[in-house]
Amino acid sequence: MMIMATAITTDPMLPQPYLVRELVKETPDTFTLRLEPGSTFNRSMFQPGQFSMLWVFGVGELPISISGDPSLHDRLVYTVRSVGQATHALVNRGVGDAVGVRGPFGAGWPVEAARGRDVIVVAGGIGLAPLRPLIYQILQNRRDYGRLVILYGARSPRDLLYRKELGAWARNRETQVLVTVDYGGLGWRGHVGVVTTLFKYCRLQPSRSVAMVCGPEIMMRFVTRELEMQGLSRDDIYLSMERNMKCAVGFCGHCQYGPHFICKDGPVFRYEHIRKLLEKYEL
Amino acid sequence: METLERIIAEHPFFAGLDDNFTRLMVSCASNVRFKAGTYILKEGDPANTFYLIREGKVAVEVFAPQRKPIIVSTLSVGEILGWSWLLPPFQWKFHARAVDDVRAIALDGKCLRTKCEENHDLGYEVVKRFARIMEQRLEATRLQLLDVYAVK
Repeated sequence: MMIMATAITTDPMLPQPYLVRELVKETPDTFTLRLEPGSTFNRSMFQPGQFSMLWVFGVGELPISISGDPSLHDRLVYTVRSVGQATHALVNRGVGDAVGVRGPFGAGWPVEAARGRDVIVVAGGIGLAPLRPLIYQILQNRRDYGRLVILYGARSPRDLLYRKELGAWARNRETQVLVTVDYGGLGWRGHVGVVTTLFKYCRLQPSRSVAMVCGPEIMMRFVTRELEMQGLSRDDIYLSMERNMKCAVGFCGHCQYGPHFICKDGPVFRYEHIRKLLEKYEL
Repeated sequence: METLERIIAEHPFFAGLDDNFTRLMVSCASNVRFKAGTYILKEGDPANTFYLIREGKVAVEVFAPQRKPIIVSTLSVGEILGWSWLLPPFQWKFHARAVDDVRAIALDGKCLRTKCEENHDLGYEVVKRFARIMEQRLEATRLQLLDVYAVK
């Protein structure tokens, strides 16, 4: 099975003007921006797992995964952690300010191939953001999928994204949401431990499951090992990779990853296709 | 009615254990309950018991002077609490606090140590199972130490 990238119908190098319509503080350093097209002719179509290049005028351009609902075509939503100059400038845009948007780019999560199967979503930190569109899509088409298991790990309770939604997702039919933090204070009544420790609380049916994983690369290595221990085939595990993306269309080579370009062939890859690369120190 | 033998046999920690060994376990076992907020074990106290958690959540904590205790991990249904009963000096290294009301099976460590000394096949089974738990928790602790979600 191939993961198909969505065709880009406009010049992929030309940013389209969007306006900031809402800015929500998710954690002390992470914000969710809702952008709407500056032109009424633009419709914001994307596949879960794809990303855009966001141009902060006068500062720079950066790749950000789309974290919103793919069924809403009047907006694009991004969750951004403010860790550098460009991300800091982006989350400091005010409502009504303009941002340039290129994309969407890349290959997303295999939502069609997952139909009829149990879906295991494993997210670490801000890795939940690119997985949220997938979760929306599954929940909106609940009968098309088997069980949905969401395992989410964050650094501490204050670093958890989308807290209200996590609770709401858990109330859906055949949906299990387990959350853990690496460091819990005394007021935290939830689980403490790394995300891999959550697997023992969910009974997976490996032969009918597909897993989609996003988070820091070290975490993903441990998670894939655990998924294999649970009996999942390497062909049924998908990872979202991250590298320094610039052109986003496979020309510049900044995000080359072995024989792949993360921007064009990924960011979502089948684990079996990149397994050897994950073990290479130089990459 | 659930018997201790059945509960022990069905607990994931003892999955697949020989029936004769399970019966030996039962002779060292008892049902226990802890109210939410109570300490099940405290650092430095003699370690003579371990627990098979049947219900509720337990926080394993490190005492830090002039700070609130630090939760190292949480344990829940199907997991075991405590292995210091197995190795000298038989003292707890951490606190463990019931986060919710907890139901567990308590296994008398002294009783079990004696049985393991008398029956090395049983001893090997017990040590193998604890070694697996220790390996899993060591790996999880290493990953936790990497602090992978921090801004680098």
